[in-house]
Amino acid sequence: MNEFLRPIGVLLWKDILIELRSRDLVVSLLVFGLVVVVVFNFALNATPELVTEVTPGILWVAFAFAGVLAMNRAFVREKEEGGLDGLLLSPISRDSIFFGKAAASFIFMLLVEAVLLPIFAGLLNFSPASFTLILTIVLATLGFSVVGTLFSAISVQTRSREILLPVLFFPVILPVLVGAVESTKQALGGDTVVGLGHWLPLLGAFDALFLVICHWIFSIVVEE
Amino acid sequence: MAGTEEIQQPTSEIAFQSKFRWSDMIRVDGRINLRGCLLLVTGILMLVNLYMIFMVAPTDAVLGHVQRIFYFHVPLAIVSFVAFLAVFIASIAYVFRRETKWDNLAHASAEIGVVFITLALVTGMIWAKPVWNAWWLWTPRLTTTLILWLIYVAYLMIRSYAPSPSKAAIYGAAMGIIGFADVVVVYFSVQWWPGIHPTPVVGPLADTGSLDGTMRSVLLFSMLTFLALLTYLIMERMALQDTVDQLRGIRFSLRRAARQDAIPGD
Repeated sequence: MNEFLRPIGVLLWKDILIELRSRDLVVSLLVFGLVVVVVFNFALNATPELVTEVTPGILWVAFAFAGVLAMNRAFVREKEEGGLDGLLLSPISRDSIFFGKAAASFIFMLLVEAVLLPIFAGLLNFSPASFTLILTIVLATLGFSVVGTLFSAISVQTRSREILLPVLFFPVILPVLVGAVESTKQALGGDTVVGLGHWLPLLGAFDALFLVICHWIFSIVVEE
Repeated sequence: MAGTEEIQQPTSEIAFQSKFRWSDMIRVDGRINLRGCLLLVTGILMLVNLYMIFMVAPTDAVLGHVQRIFYFHVPLAIVSFVAFLAVFIASIAYVFRRETKWDNLAHASAEIGVVFITLALVTGMIWAKPVWNAWWLWTPRLTTTLILWLIYVAYLMIRSYAPSPSKAAIYGAAMGIIGFADVVVVYFSVQWWPGIHPTPVVGPLADTGSLDGTMRSVLLFSMLTFLALLTYLIMERMALQDTVDQLRGIRFSLRRAARQDAIPGD
């Protein structure tokens, strides 16, 4: 087990260290998230009544778009200096690489969301202190980072990767996005048809499914 | 100079096939031409199918003639699902076997499937406008179909953007597997999605129960016809891919031969 976990920790620490020294990803994602909310405010010309209705949607569009940007960067760094080849040549399993990269993306996105959430709460007038909301964010972000890591590893090898990643990512992640928006709606006290606690287990199930499929496919995709 | 002998053989074969004979559709070089036979059968089925749809099937009492588009729409949709199932199975087979024929099958099925599902969406919209008075409703079935379309368009994009044919094959297989698994999840997630209000949708499966006998047999015949068309198109597309691969091989050996001619000492 240690053989499996240690490389994940090393990979994760490497990404955190790069981020601590360059600080380019988290800061730009924060600003991007804010820009999305401001753009939505003008695009929807949001009145206070409308804001409560569309808040979950704005929140998740901002998070999802920021997530795609983060995923775009995840493997670019590895690709630029031939780091991915080095990773593949090193005596660690493909699963460790996958989970290490996914864990790094997961942590960066959670960090960005943790900073953005109180700001959004202030701007859009809702209370962020909800257990359901926080659990929703954690579960949905897990799904995003798992699927995103796989497609980032694929799209980084292709031409026009910045365009290809969202095209691949969003249709596949749609169930998680639907679950996240609905669950957020419940957490914020909006009216939903579905009973309480329906979406959280579903989100967990989606995560488990994507975790199994994506880490299997990742090992096939990178072995070439 | 070494490559010259290799390339003369295929040239003569291509020249031989330039004259078309009807008998070639059934038998070529003493062997049964499976693709030609299927083309003949599909062509006859298509003609009969048109007759069935416009002459045999009764006009719908409420919807009138516009209802006849259903005999195209439903088979197109169902047959495109069959094509995507084929992509899924062929992708899994390719991952485990790594044989080019499985990849060709997946690629061909995805291309034809995208064409069919596009036609299904378009015919559906043409039908929806007079009946629902809207081109589009976000019902679970329509939403899932649209996502399906997006996933397999992404599949084709991933293949054409891949750096090499072998990468295209493996990335395609990845998308073929995760895309199909995702469709199931998408279907259930939009089913529970309260964003759309449950309207009484006249879906393919819900509808057949209320169809009269003749309408149902016409629909079944049309499905059979489109299944034959799908099979024929996939076979034709795979044969085309074989030709492309052969040509690529010929061009490769020609280039190598030319390079060897250019460098005398090599």
